Amino acid sequence: MNPKRTNNIATGVIYGLVGIVVLILLFLIGYILWNGVPNISWHFLTSSAQAFSSGGGIRDQLFNSLYLLVLTLLISFPIALGSGIYLAEYAPDDWFTSLIRTTIEVLSSLPSVVVGLFGYLFLVIQLKLSFSILSGAIALTFFNLPLLTRSIEESLNSVSNLQKQAGMSLGLSDWRTITKIILPVGLPGILTGVILSAGRVFGEAAALIYTAGQSAPTVDYGNWNLFDPSSFLNPMRPAETLAVHIWKLNTESVTPDAHLISSASSAVLIIVILAFNLGARFIGNWLYKKMTATR
Amino acid sequence: MKEIQNRLLSKSKATREDHFGRAICYVCIGMIIALVVCILYFITSRGIATFTQNHVNLWGFLTGSNWNPGAVDAHGNPEVGALPMIVTSFAVTVLSAIIATPFALGMAIFMSEIAGKKGTKYLQPVIELLVGIPSVVYGFIGLSVVVPIIRHMFGGTGFGILAGTIVLFVMVLPTITSLSVDSLKAVPMSYRQASLALGANRWQTIYKVILRTAAPGILTAVIFGMARAFGEALAVQMVIGNAILMPKNLVSPASTLTSKLTTDVGNTVMGTLPNNALWSLALILLFMSLFFNLLVRFIGKKGSIKK
Repeated sequence: MNPKRTNNIATGVIYGLVGIVVLILLFLIGYILWNGVPNISWHFLTSSAQAFSSGGGIRDQLFNSLYLLVLTLLISFPIALGSGIYLAEYAPDDWFTSLIRTTIEVLSSLPSVVVGLFGYLFLVIQLKLSFSILSGAIALTFFNLPLLTRSIEESLNSVSNLQKQAGMSLGLSDWRTITKIILPVGLPGILTGVILSAGRVFGEAAALIYTAGQSAPTVDYGNWNLFDPSSFLNPMRPAETLAVHIWKLNTESVTPDAHLISSASSAVLIIVILAFNLGARFIGNWLYKKMTATR
Repeated sequence: MKEIQNRLLSKSKATREDHFGRAICYVCIGMIIALVVCILYFITSRGIATFTQNHVNLWGFLTGSNWNPGAVDAHGNPEVGALPMIVTSFAVTVLSAIIATPFALGMAIFMSEIAGKKGTKYLQPVIELLVGIPSVVYGFIGLSVVVPIIRHMFGGTGFGILAGTIVLFVMVLPTITSLSVDSLKAVPMSYRQASLALGANRWQTIYKVILRTAAPGILTAVIFGMARAFGEALAVQMVIGNAILMPKNLVSPASTLTSKLTTDVGNTVMGTLPNNALWSLALILLFMSLFFNLLVRFIGKKGSIKK
């Protein structure tokens, strides 16, 4: 076989492989939306779930997912920001920094079920937080921290050195250079990272089964008292999220229309995550244009 | 005099801010380190309780094939043999990596060598979307599409290693692809130019020069993909069937370490043998995850491109 033919065959095979992967993706997205979207209705989104009869909705699960996401970001963002700044600006190039990087790598590669079990052991049992939104949010923080730290570090590192030198030459202190010059320039990148990690957190379930729990007690959406057990804002109540709901419906539930609910819920999940992804790109670009001199 | 001396010797506001900010950053990074140490400590201390408190034989645990922690066998030893789960975990991991690697390599070569910027622009979102789909959704699709197809084609229930492999293949694909793209892009331009200048065509250049140079990076990518497959819980749990039997073939129900953990932790009482045995399974998972990390580090050190 002459080289030219091999080249053509190889190129053809590569095009074929790429085509198959694209088809798989199209099938996945198409299948979820095709089966799910017709089942999404206002009633579905705003009524509570039924355990033994059909016609249940996902109101509580959807709210729990969003609430959990907000809490997780509130806890993990400050820590990740501090660590990201440390790694990008302060960390010397020595064995200790490489140890830290290894630690973060280990944290990011831990299976999420192990993180969930640790959360169960440490938060639910040792700290007696019981199955609650707070336990779930802390467990998701473990899972979220490495992703967020790395993306913040990357976006700070990508800020041009000239900016830093300009700050220094104005006689600003390190800290002021970082907070007043480098952070604002890195902000679009940071925000993109945050939104992308939010998408990951939104769909996560394995870490939540034994931390946030698998039950969604009916809550009162008019009760704004944070410490009332029936309040929707109470972080100490158990909460089943949308992803956990899908898992539970498909493994152990007796709900007659489980397939219907899970396909509609999957579609909701995918649509929210797609919106996060598109939003990350859009907001990142928009902020970047607004805050820097590039057109 | 004293006043001037004081003013000169005391820290300025900016310096104090500087120290404050630095301290915050140190605290943050310290928290992450403490967290990892904490996780390692807790899981390990729980996981070895099976062997220290319940005096289960470690070798028996790893090689036994009966899992029934509540009962004892003829010799009075508890029946905790994790081998079926270990074997199944490795089987789905290795098989899915084997299937995913050619596809991922094809994607990576296409993005970095053939299509250039435009291809990357269109394929990058494909990878991001595949990453973005949550694992329960993969599990759900596996349950409602893959399992029935397998049942139809091969008989049986359709649950099993094959279904798990197919679901995991799609899940690890983006991981392997994006890391392979990075390592292909790290191959210096001069290598391609040299090869083309010698008269090699594109495929010869890719096959004989670029893939060879990027081999350690690609290997790392595959290992990362395997690490992800090994630790994936829910999607696998939904399609594998969850029967703790030694897998006989690809379409009989089986159980992985992760699927056993997700189903059973809630059904056992803290501190008893059945519960401790589950934590030992978690410990195996932890060890494997650390092992994959070390392996990546080792390969990365050996194979980094020397400038």
